[in-house]
Amino acid sequence: MAKILNVHNLEKTYTSGSQTLTVLQNISFAIEERETFAIVGPSGSGKTTLLGLCAGLDRPNAGTIELCGTQLNNLTEDERALLRNRNIGFVFQDFQLLPTLTALENVAVPLELQGAKNAAKIGMELLDKVGLANRFHHYPSQLSGGEQQRVAVARAFSNRPSILFADEPTGNLDAETGEKVEALLFELNKEAGTTLVIVTHDIELANKTQNILRLKGGKIVPNQKEASWK
Amino acid sequence: MEIEKSKTTSGPGINWLLKMAWRDGKASSKKLILFMASIVLGIAAVVSIQSFGETLKDNIALQSKSLMGADFKIDSNNPPNEEVLRIMDSLGGYDGREINFPSMVAFPKNETSKLVQVRGIEGGFPFYGVLETEPASAANTYEESGAALVDATVMLQLGIEPGDSIKVGEYTFPVAGSLKSIPGSNAIFSSVAPPVVIPFRFIEETELVQTGSRIDYEFYFVADPSVSMEQLDREVEPMLELQEADLDTHTSTSERMGRRYENFGRFLNLVAFIALLLGCVGIASAIHIYIKEKLRAVAVLKCLGATKRQTFLIYLLQIAGMGLLGGIAGTAIGLLLQQLFPMLLGDLLPVDVAMAFSPRVIIMGILLGIFMSVLFALYPLMNTLYVSPLQALRVQESDTPKSRKAGLLVLLGIFLFIFLFSYWLLEDIQYSLAFVAGIFVTFSILAGVAHLFMQAIRKFFPSSWGFVARQSLKNLFRPQNQTLILVLAIGVGTFLISTLYFTKDILLAQASVEAQAESPNMILLDVQSPQADAVATTIRNNDLKVIDNIPIVTMRIHSIGDRTVNEIKKDTTTFIRGWILNHEFRVTYRDSLVASENLQEGTWTEVAEESGRIPISISDNFANDAKVGVGDHITFNVQGVLTETIVGSIRTVDWSQMQMNFSIVFPKGVLEEAPQFRVLTTTVPDETVSARLQQELVRNFPNISIIDIRQVLTVVEGLLNKISWLINFMAFFSILTGIIVLLGAVRTSKYQRVRESVLLRTLGARSNQILKITALEYFYLGVLGSLSGILLSLISSELLAWLVFDTPFVPSWVPFLVLFPGITLLVLAIGMGNSMGVIKSPPLEVLRKEVR
Repeated sequence: MAKILNVHNLEKTYTSGSQTLTVLQNISFAIEERETFAIVGPSGSGKTTLLGLCAGLDRPNAGTIELCGTQLNNLTEDERALLRNRNIGFVFQDFQLLPTLTALENVAVPLELQGAKNAAKIGMELLDKVGLANRFHHYPSQLSGGEQQRVAVARAFSNRPSILFADEPTGNLDAETGEKVEALLFELNKEAGTTLVIVTHDIELANKTQNILRLKGGKIVPNQKEASWK
Repeated sequence: MEIEKSKTTSGPGINWLLKMAWRDGKASSKKLILFMASIVLGIAAVVSIQSFGETLKDNIALQSKSLMGADFKIDSNNPPNEEVLRIMDSLGGYDGREINFPSMVAFPKNETSKLVQVRGIEGGFPFYGVLETEPASAANTYEESGAALVDATVMLQLGIEPGDSIKVGEYTFPVAGSLKSIPGSNAIFSSVAPPVVIPFRFIEETELVQTGSRIDYEFYFVADPSVSMEQLDREVEPMLELQEADLDTHTSTSERMGRRYENFGRFLNLVAFIALLLGCVGIASAIHIYIKEKLRAVAVLKCLGATKRQTFLIYLLQIAGMGLLGGIAGTAIGLLLQQLFPMLLGDLLPVDVAMAFSPRVIIMGILLGIFMSVLFALYPLMNTLYVSPLQALRVQESDTPKSRKAGLLVLLGIFLFIFLFSYWLLEDIQYSLAFVAGIFVTFSILAGVAHLFMQAIRKFFPSSWGFVARQSLKNLFRPQNQTLILVLAIGVGTFLISTLYFTKDILLAQASVEAQAESPNMILLDVQSPQADAVATTIRNNDLKVIDNIPIVTMRIHSIGDRTVNEIKKDTTTFIRGWILNHEFRVTYRDSLVASENLQEGTWTEVAEESGRIPISISDNFANDAKVGVGDHITFNVQGVLTETIVGSIRTVDWSQMQMNFSIVFPKGVLEEAPQFRVLTTTVPDETVSARLQQELVRNFPNISIIDIRQVLTVVEGLLNKISWLINFMAFFSILTGIIVLLGAVRTSKYQRVRESVLLRTLGARSNQILKITALEYFYLGVLGSLSGILLSLISSELLAWLVFDTPFVPSWVPFLVLFPGITLLVLAIGMGNSMGVIKSPPLEVLRKEVR
């Protein structure tokens, strides 16, 4: 199968005053199309930083990232934005719905950014699919945490992304609601053929994916049978 | 279930941006209330003043003919010579004429006397407008029946009725009726010397037209509608000027009158501009917090694929839209407010003002709303450009580095806006530059004070203090502190309001004249030389002292250096001011300086030598305006005799002192034989003595005019009361906007403070501990901000008094006693009000609410 994400020798450092902190070092791996993939590791191991780099939200200090056949290193901010809009979906730990938009408007935004004329219709279908058909016109503050995350999942799939990045998608939810959201993610992954990349602490959730990448201190922990190392 | 595929086009256009701006703005409307209030108040202040100014100007122009009573007039202080008569003939001859002069008149009925403006009128004047009298028929009959029309207020005050008599000079007229209004008399002057109209043909019989009398000869013309007033002004005026006469057209008179009100309007404009600037500070501070709360949403939008241009435009459009709404609301309120001004100003206005809505002002108000919103929101808005989409993943806030170049450009734009707008209001480049520089310096100093304060606390931190006191002090300098922004907002607000207060004080103090016990309070004008001794004796016989007995000789300038006045007038490049060339100077001669004078340059000459040029002394403002210095030659035309002089000395003169001051003083030994009259002054203890003396003088010396300074002071005070009412009214706007700025600024810090208070509460802090920490922090900020603002305004007012108003400045205690504690308490109250929610609700609830 073709590789949708190809990461090679990635390095990320932050400078604070005179001190340089290396957050990621010598990271290389690849993810295939339609694959489900988990990035796990303790707090501060660099999981979220890696996710941000892979999704083109930040730039590495060294190494290359190829996403959907495009080298991210060579793209401008606006070209990255366009790439995200066309190919990537996001689910965040704290939902990150736009508080001033209704559930339906939130789901429609990625499509509207593409200039889609049927954004509202698709939005309604997706909300219906995640079980929120009666919540179209509710604002995020009027929804429970689980409902908000379901809206976020619907939004993440609205532009039919090739790859979906989920950052601790169940971290802010109780176990029962978390499981429902997990099920929804895997179901949509199957239906839409979207590659699913999940950053999580939750080993149970990680084990549901086809491959796992373990990080510790900014480096890959080798010899894990589940992972498909390059 | 299969989800439908999106039907995409090339990407979202302006419609989507507008839609997003609308959706977001709709849900955030509460948060934008302060922003709207700032715009609305600022714009309302400017629009009301501008619109009123325009309406007044239009009304004066519309009513210009009835203000003058004719199409144009020729006037002079001398009877017309042959050349002037020839020019008048060539214009088709005059249609009406008038001689007017100030004089004392007596009312035999109750043995009172009063200074009035006698107007001897002939030939159907006024030709436009009305001579309004009671009974109305008196306006048509007084001339034929040889009667007088007396100012309505005077008749009421003195209990005079139609049929009573009035003695003008040596002639007694029956009173035909009361005069309610007449073209050519203005309300302010009328309150000092109210008009009395008599038929022209009786002027001779009053015997008041004598040497030295201040008489104005006026000839009124009705022109064919095709005659161009501008052309008359251009062609005839210079010819008349050579003959020491003037041509005034109804248009030039109304323009001049409009300009007189413009000066006052300019000050009010500045006051309104201050309200507007405060509004701008309000906008910047409201948008700062608004955008700060939106940055997370911007990061999410960027994650979803929005470009930085798109996210920037969403909020720019939203703010421009709010600016448009604020502009419309502010303009509407401003237009309504201007309806109040005629009520506040009353008869200060020269015309009845019919309120109209000027399209120019309406467009200005609306555009200003959009422009100032966008401009002052740009700096905080720039944050949306630099926020990283990564922030959607990370909870912690990081200060996004902004482009220094873009920041500087925005700052430059703001200063350019302030400069251009103040230039538009003040029409003076120097004042506008000074205004902008003043604002820049003020902001810099306040920012400096805030920085120094933070450094000082850090360096000398009182580690031994208790937890509450230490925590509140730490709040002032630790990361994410709000000291700078709050000191700036509180300081600038206090500075502007307090400067306004001090400036008002300076203006009013400059205009008001204290009646000092030692100085004379009665001035006798137009005393003929032969009468001087007899008048002095009359004063002494009333047990009063003659304080001054000043000789006055009238003269005009004939030449300055080797150029005659006529040559200088033709020179368009000259810097010599017009009044120097046209003015009939009242000159005195004496051998010593008086109390209000100081020698600035040159040598004072007591008595002139018999030969050579006469060394005279001139005032510093005369030297400035005539562009002459010590040693320069000036030739005067002293009633037909050319007198050559040399500037021997220059004096500074304190014109505000209520005594006879002179631009030009001759030494003794030159003018003693020239035709002259005298001014005598005395001090009267009370009104009874004043009335007795006035009656006696009017009876014996009808040509003398008497000014009772106490009466004038009453009139001036009334005038000032009205003006200060209006200034206060405008200042109220600034104060209101200032409070809104304060609310906005304190709200800016709320975001940060609430989180911390909740954390402290979660860790077990008691309500009163949190309250004390918050109260102390806002107290420090209130004291620092308001005190810095007031001290700065003290300096700026001192500079204004020295450089602009040229008057000593004695600061009032009010800003220290009222503004300082008032603003500190207000900051405290607003700050505490913000924290109340934290204390009353459970920590988690507050956190959830605030995070959303």
